[in-house]
Amino acid sequence: MFSNSFDAVIPVICVTLAGLVVMLAESFRGKGERMPLGGLAIIGLVGAAAASVLLWNRNATSFGVVTADNFSIFVNLVLITVGIMTVLFSSQTIERDNIPAGEYYATVLFALVGMMLMAQATDLLLIFLALETMSIAVYVLTGIRRELVQSTEAAFKYFLLGAFASSFFLYGIAFLYGVTGSTSLDRIGSVIAAQSMSGNPMILLGVGLLLVGFAFKIAAVPFHMWSPDAYEGAPAVVTGFMSTGVKAAAVAAFARVFLSALEPMITDWAPVLWVIAAATMVVGTVVGVAQTSLKRMLAYSSIAHGGYLLLGILAGSDVGKASILFYLAAYALTNLGAFGIIALLGSRDRANDDLRDYAGLWHSHPALAGLMTMFLLSLGGFPPTAGFIAKWYVFSAAVGAGYYGLAIIGFLSSVVSVYFYLRIVVMMYMSERDARPVPGPIAGLAMAGLALSLAGVLYLGVLPSRVIDWAQASVATIF
Amino acid sequence: MTGLPILSIAIVLPVLGALLLLFINNRDGAKDALVRNLTLAVSLATFAVTLALWAAFDPAPAGEAFQFVERRAWIPAFGIEYYVGIDGLSLMLIVLTGFLTPIALLTSWESIETKVKEFSIFMLILEAAMIGVFCALDLFLFYIFWDILLIPMYFLIGIWGYDQRVYAAIKFILYTLAGSVLMLIAIIGLSWMHHAATGQYSFDLLKLYALEIPYNTQYWFFLAFALAFAIKVPLFPFHTWLPDAHVQAPTPGSVILAGVLLKMGGYGLIRFAFPLFPEAAVHFAPMIATLSVIAIVYGALVAMVQPDMKKLVAYSSVSHMGVIVLGICAANVQGMQGAIYQMLTHGVSTGGLFALVGMMSDRRHTRLISEYGGIKKVMPKLTAAFLLITLSSVGLPGMNGFIGEFLIMLGAFKYDPRFVVVAGLGVILSAVYMLWMFQRVFYGPVTNDHNRDLPDLSVREWAIIGPLCAMAIFMGVFPNVFLKPMEPAVQRIVERVQAHASANAERRPAPLPASPDLPVPVRTAGGN
Repeated sequence: MFSNSFDAVIPVICVTLAGLVVMLAESFRGKGERMPLGGLAIIGLVGAAAASVLLWNRNATSFGVVTADNFSIFVNLVLITVGIMTVLFSSQTIERDNIPAGEYYATVLFALVGMMLMAQATDLLLIFLALETMSIAVYVLTGIRRELVQSTEAAFKYFLLGAFASSFFLYGIAFLYGVTGSTSLDRIGSVIAAQSMSGNPMILLGVGLLLVGFAFKIAAVPFHMWSPDAYEGAPAVVTGFMSTGVKAAAVAAFARVFLSALEPMITDWAPVLWVIAAATMVVGTVVGVAQTSLKRMLAYSSIAHGGYLLLGILAGSDVGKASILFYLAAYALTNLGAFGIIALLGSRDRANDDLRDYAGLWHSHPALAGLMTMFLLSLGGFPPTAGFIAKWYVFSAAVGAGYYGLAIIGFLSSVVSVYFYLRIVVMMYMSERDARPVPGPIAGLAMAGLALSLAGVLYLGVLPSRVIDWAQASVATIF
Repeated sequence: MTGLPILSIAIVLPVLGALLLLFINNRDGAKDALVRNLTLAVSLATFAVTLALWAAFDPAPAGEAFQFVERRAWIPAFGIEYYVGIDGLSLMLIVLTGFLTPIALLTSWESIETKVKEFSIFMLILEAAMIGVFCALDLFLFYIFWDILLIPMYFLIGIWGYDQRVYAAIKFILYTLAGSVLMLIAIIGLSWMHHAATGQYSFDLLKLYALEIPYNTQYWFFLAFALAFAIKVPLFPFHTWLPDAHVQAPTPGSVILAGVLLKMGGYGLIRFAFPLFPEAAVHFAPMIATLSVIAIVYGALVAMVQPDMKKLVAYSSVSHMGVIVLGICAANVQGMQGAIYQMLTHGVSTGGLFALVGMMSDRRHTRLISEYGGIKKVMPKLTAAFLLITLSSVGLPGMNGFIGEFLIMLGAFKYDPRFVVVAGLGVILSAVYMLWMFQRVFYGPVTNDHNRDLPDLSVREWAIIGPLCAMAIFMGVFPNVFLKPMEPAVQRIVERVQAHASANAERRPAPLPASPDLPVPVRTAGGN
């Protein structure tokens, strides 16, 4: 069981090294000198992607606590894509906003390290460490524009609440350790199964605390309060990064913990998760309707998407697990694209994320309006985009597991969400622009990122078969 | 089937046209003419393809229910296929789509002035999706086409519509979506049932037909399907989106909406809801029939008091679509055939009415009946065309409307004469409101000075209304050209529904006579 192989951590090491190199390079940078730091980051990420692909189907483990099974490789590839696209969108915006490039890229990469480890960890303590690595980096990113009050406020709020959630999580680990004598997921699972402890109050408490910790990171209702503020205060690129990356990592770890170690207790936690999932979907969409800031609107939309992801976990079947993976990929591509556009349309002084700022965008930036429409349609779950297949997949899993009620709630909430996505479309296409200044042109690199995102959204929407097969292969080997 | 994948060509051709348009730089409308001609050419080519389908169609196939079948694995992990094929029912609706799209495009030539390129792209995508809906035999594929279709229609209403366009567009899309997501859940449920029964997922319509579905499940799934289609039709009380959408949509949008989109609801009931869940269908048919006669009378009464011609035609659609649903609910050969025939007829006549109202509002920028009067003296040709289409719409014998309505009444009478009594009232009312409007608009003295110098039909407008008038007469005189190809398909569907209904007669009262040849049995019980 214990293996000294380093194989499983190679992707993480690639990203770590890239982060260190970026940091070092920054310190050697002369004043006013421009360095391709983003390029360095991308090299590291591509290396990590290559390493991940090579690890496919090998089920490598390192130190007994890190695994590179197909599930984590799939998630890692999604995370690496998130990283690459974030870097592509960042080049224009960080220069505009005067963000220190070296620190910014290094922090993004370190956050990614934490996320990737979360997906790979098979020990609760390591999950906690990874979670903290990720969280601290993301807190920093949220407040990276120190001169802005709302940015600092958002970071502080996020940090305080996040610290709370982390301590809940740690407390949960302590309870589970107290009862089962281990923090390893395998051990916990076998102990719980062997001794049929599902009624044990200590263990229920432990599971509940873990649930709170994860629910916080996924921004599930009622632990979602931080996310609209944090999403609004952070620079839009960072918002895109954390709304996809953090969520993907947290969902992956959540799925691993609850569907492996805590699977024997599914009858205990499933009803709770049912309520959380339903509340998350409903609150995310209903409150989203009332927003006028695009960032806040998409923040609520990503809360709702977290709810759809919970459906996959709740279903628990192989279809459910695979659907989570597919959903993460589709959601990441779509949401990053949407936030990318918001980021690119902002200016240094104003975020330009008010709904009115998008009035008549069709006339000034037809291509951007078209891209945004596609992303919004994907978020709303329209064919032929990734969002439709993803939604169908998770709802199919839910129906297959007999959760008809939840599927109906989910679908109806997705209809409501279409309403607010369409408000943006209405603004872009069917409203006249007022006196506000027209946003400037978009850099080629960022356009490439958006094109990549659209290509992904359409590929997953029209020819999803291959990725579905991969997702299924990813869950076949574990759990 | 051999050779060319004609159905795929019919779907892909408009999409290719749309892609081609995407690369034409028409920033300031400099190339509007090119865009218009190209779009029209693509849609005419698509029409030609649909006619080729008809020409190659075997009206009395020996074994296979569907022709021109193409199937290719798409998402094999879930048994989802690109699976298309047509029978007589689909064929007719596809030809209707091919026929109406160029006409709708022609109506846009003077009414759509801005963003012509984008408009054309949306129209072509719409056409592809409509053809897709009518030939998809995989439920997943069907749903995808069904949903894709909402997006171009939404933009057509929302960008090029009248004052309240945004409200109407959003209402249209949310209403339809709300109905269809429940259908999607039922579709997913069906695939899981197939999985439970055979170990494989499938969305293949024919395989799902063969599924033994417990009555309880049928009950819920039928409701989910029926709701989606009832909203689309639209059946009372789910019709409120329709007047808004119709009145706000630009003329080409209205033509397509009334001509083809509404038919998808009827098509869905016939193709999916009834044969997939025959027992539940028979159980619910009296209730749906009741709603449909309410729609007939209600639509007619509301149409009568409309001051706006477009709104009047929109409510007349509610009434006419009610007749169609009544025919479907009768679930016998005459009723179903009449329903399908009436769908074609309604496409021609209501499409024509919207086109004509559009022409008048292009000239006067108003659709209020009170603004007109005595138009016959100013525009005799338009008046003649309007009269012809009006008569077709009210179902004058010898015109196309008569055939469909007559068949439906025949079928409905066999089913339950009481429905016919009420529905007949609606038919009479339809003559009242249509002719009354005609009289107020076209007869009498010219009361409004703005109307004195209106130009009569132009060549382009003849190209729009000429084919519609010709079809209105042709379909009234030679109905068998259209009825024959669809007969085997209808026969099959009716047999399927009836077989299940009679097999379960002891469980529930079967409201259907055993043999379609017998005279109508006197019935006292039944209904709901």
